[in-house]
Amino acid sequence: MTRTIIRPPGRLDMPRWRELWEAREVLYRFGLRDIVLRYRQTAIGVAWVILQPLASAGVFSVVFGQVAKLPSGGVPYFLFSFSGMLAWNAFNNVIGRSSGSLVSNQALVSKVFFPRLLVPLSGVISVLIDFAVAFVMLVVLLFLYGVNPGWPILMTPVWLLITIMLALGIGIAASAITVKYRDVAYFLPWILQILLYATPIAYSLSAVPGNLRWLFQINPLTWLMEMVRWSTVGQPLPAAWEFIALPLSAIIVFFAGILVFQRYERGFADVI
Amino acid sequence: MQRAKYTSFSAVDDVSFDIPWGEAVGIVGRNGAGKSTLLKLLTRVAAPTRGVIDLGGRVGSLLEVGTGFHPELTGRENIYLNGSLLGMGRKEIKRRFDDIVQFSGVERFLDTQVKRYSSGMYVRLAFSVAAHLETEILAIDEVLAVGDAEFQAKSLAMMRDVARSGRTVLYVSHQAQTVTTLCTSAMFLERGQLSYYGSVDGALERYRSTFEKFQTEQRDAANRPGTGALRLSRAAVVDQSQDPADDTVIEFDVEANPELIGKYFVSCHVNDVNGNVVVQCDSRLTGTWFDPSEPQRGSLRIRSLWFRPGRYTVDLFVCQAGILDSWEAADAFDVLPASPYPEFTSDEAMQHGVVLADFDYEVNG
Repeated sequence: MTRTIIRPPGRLDMPRWRELWEAREVLYRFGLRDIVLRYRQTAIGVAWVILQPLASAGVFSVVFGQVAKLPSGGVPYFLFSFSGMLAWNAFNNVIGRSSGSLVSNQALVSKVFFPRLLVPLSGVISVLIDFAVAFVMLVVLLFLYGVNPGWPILMTPVWLLITIMLALGIGIAASAITVKYRDVAYFLPWILQILLYATPIAYSLSAVPGNLRWLFQINPLTWLMEMVRWSTVGQPLPAAWEFIALPLSAIIVFFAGILVFQRYERGFADVI
Repeated sequence: MQRAKYTSFSAVDDVSFDIPWGEAVGIVGRNGAGKSTLLKLLTRVAAPTRGVIDLGGRVGSLLEVGTGFHPELTGRENIYLNGSLLGMGRKEIKRRFDDIVQFSGVERFLDTQVKRYSSGMYVRLAFSVAAHLETEILAIDEVLAVGDAEFQAKSLAMMRDVARSGRTVLYVSHQAQTVTTLCTSAMFLERGQLSYYGSVDGALERYRSTFEKFQTEQRDAANRPGTGALRLSRAAVVDQSQDPADDTVIEFDVEANPELIGKYFVSCHVNDVNGNVVVQCDSRLTGTWFDPSEPQRGSLRIRSLWFRPGRYTVDLFVCQAGILDSWEAADAFDVLPASPYPEFTSDEAMQHGVVLADFDYEVNG
């Protein structure tokens, strides 16, 4: 028989991991719900998963590759922007799904008890499915264009994990703060929009003028893009320090997000 | 930018109690006494500021039926989603699945989206999921008043079985009737404090006596809010027990205050047993104004409103620009359980709605 002792929450508590694990069924059900809801009552259903990344990479290659003629490091531009979009979409969608999740599940949060951290976490599941589909397409594209990235492609799961940790840290914190301050819902998409252009996704870092480059180099997403491009489309190996800095920043952002969440959690039922 | 100022409010404070295993405890109290907050703390929906809660097992809650339901999902999907939210593992849900479906009686529509369910089916399925939780402690917040009469009886019987099976039940209610049939002991909360914990009869006795106490207190104008420039000296419902179709007549006397300039008006609320305002009768709406220079004797006649059977309380207000006198619980009356309609039929024909009405159907070929 499990015994639970409830005490007033402290200032810097880590979540009860065991409780989270015991409630993993909730995570799965939330994820399933998201996936089912996205494609129920749609005419072409799951085809959207394939259409969306293709269309956005297509627009990018026309605008940036053909019109603006940005360099793509010797790789066909479509492939270059597709691999960038793969990582960016995962990052962007996890933040998008998790940041608003608590507010859109208001009724649950204020009426039923379950580990609330699962709500923003559950956004990851449907993003993983999108990623898997887009990744298969990437592999197909690699064959079509005859590009062989070699063994570094096996590192992709690591980059995916890092992307998710970075995005979750931001998304989890944002979801908790949104409960009290809805401003986040206006502020965050705007920041993400800026990040999309301030990160070498549609262009390569080498296209950035030397005097501005440091500004791009302090952005962890730049390191991530370098890694992804090295892994998937055979771009040059990034600097060694980035291999340390990237995972470290992901871990810091992830746990910082959880701490912010825990800090705000006690007021959820009252404030939401 | 200036920050909004906060006033802190303790909904529940300094409440200590031990509940032995297998006890079915009713939690009663007036509106705002802290019943729901206490249950929220015990079910961990809200976190306490001070103190310790020690729970000997898993707590399942039936706080709000159907909160975990998503209208776009099918009945089957919702059973799994809701079950997991309430703390059941996948195996546990699978094992109980057939029981849940059978109890709810929606077998045929399991693979239909619940947004296409009737409200009755929806509530029945939601209740069934929650009721089949196998937690050691079960918290219930007035959810038994769902579904039709037959389903209510079924739910009540189920809750009684739960209590008998040695699990601990916490039950919040306004309805004395269900607390008596369901609970083995009861606590009475008053303004966030535990004022009684013991037998069901004792708690209900306390509940009634505090209403009378409140009513007696309010009879003394000094205890009532309002500026006091004018005070009601008497208020009474003429017919203390009436039939639904009867007119309700409320008489009142107001003292004089020659120094008061301008006329005043009177407003009256009739509240049902749960504290909902059923009707507001404001004398401004009929153009009736009273002169404060001499004592006034007035009466209010509520016509064409058929109250449902039950107990009602009356609040009276004397107002000008502000409230001069506010007399809550000025009087009470009972509406007898008689049908005002010409025909007798099954109970469900009268079961819905806040009030009854004088209506006719016409057949226009």
